[in-house]
Amino acid sequence: MPIDQSKLTRLVETLPAFPESAQKIIALTSRVDCSPKQLVKIIEHDPVLTMKVLKLVNSAYFGLSREVKSVNHAVVYVGINTIKNLAISVATTGTLPKQNAAGLDTRALWYHSLKVGVLAKILAEEHGTPSTQTVNYFVGGLLHDIGRLLVAHFFPDEYKSMLSHINASQDSILESEALVLGITHAEIGAMVSEHWQLPAELQHCIRHHHSTQAELLVNAPLTMAVNAANLLIHLKDEPEKITIPECILQWLGAPVEDVLARLTTLENEVDKAVSFIEIAG
Amino acid sequence: MKITLYGVRGSIPVPGKDTVKYGGNTTCIGLETPEGDQIIFDGGTGIRVLGMTLIKQLPVKCALFITHTHWDHIQGLPFFTPFFIPGSEVNIYGSFDPIYRKDLKTILSNQMEYCYFPVRECELNAQIQYNHVIERQPITVGSATITPILLNHPVLNYGYKVECHKKTFFFTGDYEPPYNIYDPDDHEFSEYETLLQQQRGQLADFIKHCDLVVADSQYSSEEYPSKKGWGHGSYDTCIQLAKEAQIKHMVMTHHDPLRTDAQLEQIWQGFSSRTDLPQNTKFELAIEGKSFVL
Repeated sequence: MPIDQSKLTRLVETLPAFPESAQKIIALTSRVDCSPKQLVKIIEHDPVLTMKVLKLVNSAYFGLSREVKSVNHAVVYVGINTIKNLAISVATTGTLPKQNAAGLDTRALWYHSLKVGVLAKILAEEHGTPSTQTVNYFVGGLLHDIGRLLVAHFFPDEYKSMLSHINASQDSILESEALVLGITHAEIGAMVSEHWQLPAELQHCIRHHHSTQAELLVNAPLTMAVNAANLLIHLKDEPEKITIPECILQWLGAPVEDVLARLTTLENEVDKAVSFIEIAG
Repeated sequence: MKITLYGVRGSIPVPGKDTVKYGGNTTCIGLETPEGDQIIFDGGTGIRVLGMTLIKQLPVKCALFITHTHWDHIQGLPFFTPFFIPGSEVNIYGSFDPIYRKDLKTILSNQMEYCYFPVRECELNAQIQYNHVIERQPITVGSATITPILLNHPVLNYGYKVECHKKTFFFTGDYEPPYNIYDPDDHEFSEYETLLQQQRGQLADFIKHCDLVVADSQYSSEEYPSKKGWGHGSYDTCIQLAKEAQIKHMVMTHHDPLRTDAQLEQIWQGFSSRTDLPQNTKFELAIEGKSFVL
């Protein structure tokens, strides 16, 4: 049951924009001297973000004695640094739909995406990427499987057929998607990223995050890092199914076991990020 | 009640010949009620000495209030001897971390993990209880009532007011009075100013006529502009607070680690000759080991 391509195109075009505020907050807060009033302005220009920040500040987690009614009030009351960290978390995790009719475990997919994001950022840091740019690696990891979420959300029947095919055959997810849906989640993700006008390197990363071709990876560090992180995370869960291409092994620069062993902080980092899915989503 | 300063230094301990008079330990204050209830504020390195004092009379039973969990307010905790003595009871109070969504036990246990410290939190012999405070909800410890109020710092920081036998003591923890983030030309400036005044007014009402306040004064007015937003007060913000809340006795603490005894002496000479100090407030710089009886 292939996906109706024209319906897909229409649906992608009607998707809400990737919040501009999320991109702006990511860019603004990558500087230690980020301007408090600019941050407030970005939050206030996004009603959804404003509502989420206020909801969290007024939640039992903060235990405040008075209700906070505006972003400025929140900054006066709990401090700019706390609001800044709250906004970063809300902006980067509250973007995508949580429900779907295909039975895709959205939480598990999010958790996987967060792990890939955190790991891609760590790998980028280890490769000497300036700290001002590493946030793109996190976002790349976070969004690399956006296509899967979209299929499950808008084409639940087709998605279920594809899952049945995977269970009945030995085909990989990409092979099954190509065969059953006529399009892969990486291609759909790329369509979404174009629609959201994400930076070109993020579009490239989402489109090619399963690529094994050296020529697509070696000059695209973001794609390389997210691809490698995705493989390493899958390798931890299903070691027998994963083979890491030679060009990625070379880029990692150390035996896979050593890379995995160094990632002891990963779970902690992911837990921090995950804690926001339930309340900020 | 008797209040003793066990650590008055901000940021990091600074032992050595230049800090002998004012002291080099980071924040810790001990309070004893007339009935003998032991209350502690913060677990900077000063808490080590306080712990040695408390164990002279076993079993130790105390309440420990954490203003916030930045290093200089918790780094002495692994060396607080009562934790290791069976029969000790320590009730710890502090904030839940709403950003990482971690409770106080998790945050404090992390600093005693295998790679940081040889004894894990779960191996401590004392009976330890963790309690999350809620702003303005009073907590009773023996004859004292302690009420938390949220004060501006780059992490949630609670100031604590202690009321006991009609006397009041207040400790700010780390506190930078919030400032206007807008320029006077911005149309949001005046609305923000109103919010700031409300916030300041609420704090002033909360500690009105307090008998003793220990407040953050890490910077001088000259230093402050380059440290704006770092979360600390100055000598001038302490004067302002004393005026607004009509404080009887203001002790200025959290000395910058770069300050030597000689510099603090010089600062004090300049400060005490100022003509803008409120008449009814007694001011002094915090000195490690000094006690106050209310």
